[in-house]
Amino acid sequence: MTPYSSFLFFIILAILLLPTMILGIMGKHLRYYNVFVSIAVLALIFSGGDEGFYSLVIFTVLQLVLIKGYISYRQKKNSSLVFYLMSFLSILPLILSKILPFLAVDNWASFLGISYLTFRAVQIIIETRDGLIKQQLSIYQLVNFMLFYPTISSGPIDRFRRFQKDEEKRWTPEEYKELLYKGINKIFLGFLYKFIIGYAINTYFIMDLDHIADGRFSYHLLYMYSYSLYLFFDFAGYTLFAVGVSYIMGIRSPENFNMPFISRNIKDFWNRWHMSLSFWFRDYVFMRFVFLMKKKKWIQNKMLVSNLGYVLLFLLMGVWHGLAIQYIVYGAYHALMMTAFNYFETWNKKHKRWPTGKIMTIVSIVITFHVVCFGFYLFSGRPFQ
Amino acid sequence: MDFKEKVLQVIAEVCEDDVVKEEQDLDIFEAGLLDSFATVELIVQFEEQLGINVPITEFDRDTWNTPNAIIDRLNELK
Repeated sequence: MTPYSSFLFFIILAILLLPTMILGIMGKHLRYYNVFVSIAVLALIFSGGDEGFYSLVIFTVLQLVLIKGYISYRQKKNSSLVFYLMSFLSILPLILSKILPFLAVDNWASFLGISYLTFRAVQIIIETRDGLIKQQLSIYQLVNFMLFYPTISSGPIDRFRRFQKDEEKRWTPEEYKELLYKGINKIFLGFLYKFIIGYAINTYFIMDLDHIADGRFSYHLLYMYSYSLYLFFDFAGYTLFAVGVSYIMGIRSPENFNMPFISRNIKDFWNRWHMSLSFWFRDYVFMRFVFLMKKKKWIQNKMLVSNLGYVLLFLLMGVWHGLAIQYIVYGAYHALMMTAFNYFETWNKKHKRWPTGKIMTIVSIVITFHVVCFGFYLFSGRPFQ
Repeated sequence: MDFKEKVLQVIAEVCEDDVVKEEQDLDIFEAGLLDSFATVELIVQFEEQLGINVPITEFDRDTWNTPNAIIDRLNELK
């Protein structure tokens, strides 16, 4: 059963979470009962047969061995080679799951949520390398974090140390009531976004575009706008469910969206759209790449370093969505937009030609909106059909 | 120059703005003075000029957001 896709799922979830809410309001520890809920919901999600239950099990065991092994190793030594090898092995199942379909064999490596789970695991290895995780982690801690069901299928991607703080916490009744209120609020807003607005845009506009548009150009233009809005409401709606359910379980999962369509420039957009993913790439790919280049003094030119960082980040992000042409083009497009903006920003800092003020802010928002929508149009795959 | 002044000097150099020396509770990310690229520069400078090693993953925008907060965090790591 796909999470949050049917009302049956929500009804079962509500029944399972009722004791959590009662325990929370009484100020009791939630973690023990939550384990039971997690197992029950994971069984519900993965028992369908199409979601790759066995791949999930093998994947989890592999990640546990890698993480626990690396923490033990890191307590004694710290070789870069071992770090890169461990990171590669951790990402290997994800790479396989993307490549196998092209080899025309059964995609045995894939399961629901593999892209997101991989990032949760690799992140622990990176933070161990940086010396931020020093103590050995228990199997319970790791499994609980990696297989946290509310966010298993499509994120948001939480960070281990942040998750752990919430998980260990015993909320007071007042604190929990606040969380519960916010959680329920989010879930209902999610219904509005995904099942009302998103559904309406798709059913009454996108699927009816043949009748609405009066030419090829207007068809594609209207498709670009409506698909962008649909993508936002559908994904933001899902995220509201995931974060809302997390809150009810006492875990404040990070947000994914912060009004992305009012971004003033492309850089601002990536601080507002799919934030948990873009911040992951920012912290674990872009900044590490820049740091390495500066530290080793391999490339002196600042502009070149940051632009190469953007190209690396966005191409990886594109491929992460899948190896299909539209995702690679989408990544390349955003890499291009970011480097272009990088040049513009540096130039404008010197010459101050771009006027400031309310009207220019609106102009900037409108321009960014179109740049972003064209990106989603590429992402949709429609231009490549 | 004491430690605090040194840190402020490094931040001001990286941000290319002396406002951080006066307004020490200014959110440098919200003010647009620091982005992820400049953050890395700041981390490299802390290491080179102050000898303090800040892991990139430790530099969290919620707790390293103002000059005062950065001074506090660096004092903890010293």
